[in-house]
Parts: sequence; structure tokens; C-alpha cells
Amino acid sequence: MSAVIEIRSAPHIKGPRSVQQIMFHVIGSLMPVCAFYVYQYGVSALASMVVVTAACLLTEWAFTRTGTQSGSIADGSAVITGLLLALSIPPGFPLWMGAVGGVVAIALGKALFGGIGFNVLNPALVGRAFVQAAFPVAIAGYTPSFLPGRFTEFIPSSLAWPLMAPPDTAAWLAAFSVDGVSGATPLARWKFEGVVATPTELLFSLSGHMAVGPAPLLILLCGAYLAVRRFLDWRIPAAVMGSAGLTALILFAIDPLHYPSPLFMLLSGGLVLGAVFMASDVATSPVTPRGMWVYGALIGLLTVLIRYYSGLPEGVMYAILLGNAASPLIERITQPTPFGKTGLLRRRRGASYPLHPDYISREEAGAVTPKKRLFKIRR
Amino acid sequence: MRLLTFLRGELFERGIHPPQYKLTAGAPILRLPYAPRLTVPLSQHIGRPAHPVVKVGQEVVRGQPVARADDWLSVPHHAPAAGVVEAIGLRPSSRGPWTESIVIRPHAGATQEDGWGVPRDVDAMSPQDILQAVWDSGMVGLGGAAFPTHAKLTVPENANVHTLVVNGCECEPYLTCDHRVMLEEAPTLIRGVRLAMRATGSRRAIIGVEDNKPDAVTSIQAAIDTAQATDIFVEPVPTKYPQGSEKMLIMALFGVEIPSGALPVSLGMVMNNVGTLAAVGRLLPAGQGLTERVITIAGPGVRRPGNYRVPLGTPMSFVLAWAGAPIDRTSARQLVLGGPMMGQAVAALDAPITKGVSGVLLFRREDMYDHGGRKTYPCIKCGECIESCPMGLNPSTLGMLAAKREYEEMGEQYHLGDCFECGCCTYVCPSNIPLVQQFRVAKQVLREAAAAAPATPPAVRA
Repeated sequence: MSAVIEIRSAPHIKGPRSVQQIMFHVIGSLMPVCAFYVYQYGVSALASMVVVTAACLLTEWAFTRTGTQSGSIADGSAVITGLLLALSIPPGFPLWMGAVGGVVAIALGKALFGGIGFNVLNPALVGRAFVQAAFPVAIAGYTPSFLPGRFTEFIPSSLAWPLMAPPDTAAWLAAFSVDGVSGATPLARWKFEGVVATPTELLFSLSGHMAVGPAPLLILLCGAYLAVRRFLDWRIPAAVMGSAGLTALILFAIDPLHYPSPLFMLLSGGLVLGAVFMASDVATSPVTPRGMWVYGALIGLLTVLIRYYSGLPEGVMYAILLGNAASPLIERITQPTPFGKTGLLRRRRGASYPLHPDYISREEAGAVTPKKRLFKIRR
Repeated sequence: MRLLTFLRGELFERGIHPPQYKLTAGAPILRLPYAPRLTVPLSQHIGRPAHPVVKVGQEVVRGQPVARADDWLSVPHHAPAAGVVEAIGLRPSSRGPWTESIVIRPHAGATQEDGWGVPRDVDAMSPQDILQAVWDSGMVGLGGAAFPTHAKLTVPENANVHTLVVNGCECEPYLTCDHRVMLEEAPTLIRGVRLAMRATGSRRAIIGVEDNKPDAVTSIQAAIDTAQATDIFVEPVPTKYPQGSEKMLIMALFGVEIPSGALPVSLGMVMNNVGTLAAVGRLLPAGQGLTERVITIAGPGVRRPGNYRVPLGTPMSFVLAWAGAPIDRTSARQLVLGGPMMGQAVAALDAPITKGVSGVLLFRREDMYDHGGRKTYPCIKCGECIESCPMGLNPSTLGMLAAKREYEEMGEQYHLGDCFECGCCTYVCPSNIPLVQQFRVAKQVLREAAAAAPATPPAVRA
């Protein structure tokens, strides 16, 4: 008999979840955010997204093709990088600069480390940090949302020739005779002009001509969907937002005149986008549940500190990059406690049967119970 | 995650809920005829192989001992059929290497009656006598581990056992043999539980059954009521893999963790499988040896899946042909002994059914999970494995260390020794990394290193 029998190692069945499935769910949940972003800023935002994502995909394809990085272009992770990078730069950012950012994001942020799963820093934020350092003027040039004619006309800076400085958008903006038009983001206005936007304006991003990024409410809804389907871990966004809100609340309670309200801090800038979609990037955040809390808390704290005490209006990007860098260390001291190693012979509630009355507990027998601690310090 | 665990009323955290595929739960246990040759391996259990006590050409009757136990962790074997000993020599086994076996050719028309056992009065037996009788019957754990039952029922000195826990979870998908045994042989099971309680000196017995088998709970409760046993309880526990693991079942019933590296006896408990105790309850009063067992034959590649009472030593190919899964030579397939999560793939179709086999599953090429060419990615650190590991380990980090062969660090810092290879991490891994396989290799390497290491030399006094 020469039947063909394959020999494999158990388990012989697998769960349905795959890397592609995770990535495509994240892309799908980014779609409403992107659509609203295009609705806010028009054709320039759309062009920016397409160009940046294409740059990321091309770079990914080149590196996977040459075998210098693992994974394949089909897993969709480069699309996420491109979309997140496009959402985190101004809509009128020159397209050629966006493309440079996309190439750098994949090449330096991902391929250099070996591809999907090996990257230490979030690739989108590596690209963002690069363009911030390389093009500081262009990245500060936000334009207001809901400008008339945004679906037919490009923001002039978008179409700058490669390697050329973009034209100034201020003169172009002045042509609009709309009230309250300004190119400054709410955070920059608070930092440099002392004007604080109300939280509801920020939450929906629908009123007025504010130079805000994607709408926080929409991001939160999409993130909630992902968290419920367990495509991202809810602990990280919760920890980032909780820690940032708490820090801002403490400062606000100390000196309400000097520091803005915590709600403004939470909803302005890129904090919501960063907390939901960037900090929670699986490869660059700790895997351990306790580590996720520590990591998120660190990011939230750093964000508020950078915003308040540095020369920059925005701090989410550097906070997340620092958190990424710290995550291997965080992981090391927050390893989960194995079953039966807690040292506690404490009974869980809800058990059906008591131990037998004759049973003598370890504590009564003189066993020493070690203390349960959040962190474990190893030699 | 913890919230979901709480809402479902589950006591042990993490674990997984794979699809159950318990399609044969309604199929009554059927008897299989004799195969033309029965192969009885001398090593069907954990421990040293038994010694043959028959010669080639000798006539045996069913139930006659053909091999005797060699030492404490060894059990005797009995002839599964009346016939002639045809050969004693190396034969293929399900574990891979050929092992020493006794081949018996059953007489044409031999009945499946046991011709050796003499009924006896078990009520008059002392605990020592019961243990000896269990040993003589060749009983091993029928749940899959094949640990000699007499050794498991023996309470160590200076230990005090108060509770006998009976494991009727059967948490592996596809398998239904324990379910059918609980339905059809509940009175025998209760008799076996009584005997085991007397052997261990337990004062109560608790039968834990997953709550996807309510009919089994009803059936056992009826048997308890008929026997008027006030010290035997049956308890439904939540359905979750791996509920059938010793530590998880004790957590579900009593809400305590067995300390790492300790046995249930440290909490005053002894655990046995329902199939084992039902067999004890049947064999001991009849004075017989273990010559047959109930297995589930299922899987997408089987046309007549069901639960069968199979004489030990029946070749796999015979069993499969009977269940409507003839092996042709055209397509690839996979044959699994045991459940799909922890079962072992078989290499040879001539390998016999042994005492530890709880099921035979057949997967065709198109049923295997990587049929669509599923790739293996690097670990993306999603943390799914940590959320599913019932032992609270970190399979993600362990897997990365295993890939770099840092076996010692795995054992010392990441508690590899606590892994019992349930397969949850590999089941959920979206990157398709063979984590459990790597851990098995790592554990084997560590075991070999520990065995090869010279004992620490005694301190030399200057």
C-alpha cells in the first residue's frame, strides 16, 4: 500500500485569523476616517493619500522583491502605513514631499529592520518624523477645512514641483473672504496665541473652518469596532487617553488659567489618531497585557509634557516613538505570571465546591506566600 | 478578555473556543469485528515495556495475560482475541519507531467473549486488593496519556486524599467516546468511581462534565440516584478548551490553582478520566483484563463516523475501512490519533489501536488548514497567543527564543516547563507560526541536557 499520508505536528486545526485578515480589517476601518478627511479638505487630501500610499507600496514591493525584507506586498501592512502617514500630515502638504515621506517610512522604518513584525518603531511615524525634520515649514502649513471649491481646486502647495519650495498658501487663503480663516491648528493657536477651541467643535470637526486633522469622533468609533472584533487591543488607546487626560487634569486643577482643559488636550491634534491607530500598532507595542498599560501611560504622559513644556505645539509623534523604543524594556519587566506561580492559594469566586474541610491550606502549614507585584525585576 | 471570561462564567482565564464538530455524539457505541491479525505492542503506556509470557505458536484465549508488568510503572497486557500467537517481534507503532509486539491471529469465528476472567466480589476487597486488581487488569489512563492507573490511584505516603475528581470534559473537538460512555455506561462508571474512592480513601467524588453534554449530566445523575450515592456529585463546567486539563478542571470546580510543578495530590485530590473509571467498574467485578476500548472515528474524510468498541491491536487500516474511509493511493491525507488539538499524526497504516488512543480522525488534503497555501509570517506581536495561553505563559517571546535556539533561557526565565502543549497558541496565531512544535523540540532538548548533565560533584573538603 502506498497511500500518501502527511505527518504534521499538532494542533491539526487552526483558527481563521491571519495576518492579512488583521491588516485588511484595519484598512477597512480606516476608510471612513479617510473619506471624511477627503470631505473636509477635498481633492488635495485625496491626492496626498493616493501618492503617499503608492510610494509606500512601491517601496515595500521593491524591498520584498529583492528579498531584503520578509512578508509580501499582499499583506496590506504598507497600505496602513501610507494611509496613517497621509492622515498625519497637512492635507496641502506638497505631494513630492509626501512621497519622500512614504519611501522613508518603509525603507528606514520597516525594511531596515527586516520587514513586517521586526520593526522597532512605527513606520508611519518614522516617515512623519523625517518630513518634520526635513520640511519644517511645509509641515506647519495647515489649511482650514470646508473651504469653498475644495473639490475642484488643489491647494497650491500640493502641486509644488519636486525639489522646489511650495508656494505660500497665506496669499491664496487671503483670497477667501470667510470669517475666522486661519492656517494655524487649534494646538498652535493655543500655544502661540492663547486661543482655546471648545471640545465639541473638535470632537465633530464639522463646524467652522478649523485647521484640524481627521475627526476624533469617527476615529474613536472605528477604533471601537476594531477593539470589539479584537483586531486591536483596547488597553493601549485606553491607557494613552487615560494617562494624557489625567496628566492634563492634574495640571488644569493646579492652574486653570495657564493650562487648558483636559478635554481640549484629548481631542486636539493627533492624540486620538495616535492613540487608536498608531500607538496600538501590534509590532511596536508590548505584547504583555500589563506592559500595554505601562506603554500607553508613558505615551500619554510624554504627549502632554511635550505639548506643555517644549517648543513644539504637537507631541504625539515623539511620544509614540519614545514609547516604541521603550517597549522591549517594558515587556521585559511585565511578563505575565504563569498559572500556579502566583503563590497565592486564594480561591476564585464562583467555584462550585469548597475544598474539603480536612484540607490544610499552605498558609496554615507555614508556607511563605510571595507578594504579587506589578513589575518583576530580574537578575 | 477577562470581562468575557467573567460573563461566560468561566473560572480559568484565557483558553480558546474552537468549533466543536461533535457530530458523532448521537451515534451509539458499535462493536468492531476482529481484524485478520491483531498486533499487541508491549509498550502501550508510559513506563517500561512489559515482558511477553507466551511463545510463538501458543494458543491463547481472549483476556489471557500475554505480557507481564516489568516494574511499578509498567502494566500487563492481555490477549484481545482467542487465537494463535503468530509472531513476537518488531512491528510498526503509531509513535513512529517499530516496537516489540505480539501478533495474534484470531480463530475464525472467535467470539468477543472474555474466556479468562473469573467474577469476584469486589465489595469484600481491601484498598490494597483493589489496587492490585487494577494493576493486573492492565488499566492505563484511557483519556490519552496512558499513565498506569494503579500508579495514579496510589496515594503517596504522608499524603491525604479527600476528593476523587473524575474528568468527563472531553474538550477536544470531534471526540465523543467519553460522552457516549457517560450516556451508555453510567451505572458502570459509578461502580468504578466507588472502587477508586475506596482505593484512594477519598471521601467524595466529583464528576466534572462540560456543559455542552447536558444529557451526560442527566444520565450520570440518574445513575447516582439509583445507586443512592450521597458522596458522588456530577457538575457541569463551562465549555472551553482546554477544560479537560487537570489544572483547568480543578480551577473550574474548586477555584484554586495547583502550584506550578505540583500534582493534584498536593491539594488532596486524585483525578481520573471517565472512560478509565468506567472500564475499572466493568473489568474489576468480572476479573478481566483490558482487551478493548471505545474510540471515536471521525473527521471530514470518514463516510461513516461513529463510536466503536475496538479490540486492542486492531490495525488502523482495518478500522478506517470499516468506518467507510478506505485509503486509496491518489490523494494525500492526514491521520490523527486522539483529538485535533493535541493528537498525534500517524506514519503507518499498519499501526495498531492501543490503550491510549481515544479517537482516529481523518483529514483529507482539502480539509487541512494550509490547503490554500497559507504562509508563515514573522511574529507580528499581536499578543493573541498570550491572550489564549491557559498557563499564562508568553508564547510570543518563547517562539522567538526558540527560533534562536535559546532553549535554556526559555526554560529558566519564561517557564517553558509549565507548557503542557495544549496547542492554543498555535491555533490562534495569525502568522501561522508552529509554536507548539518549537516548544516540544525545546523541551526535548532541555530534557536531554538535564539527563546528560553530570550530577553536581560533592563539595570537596580541603
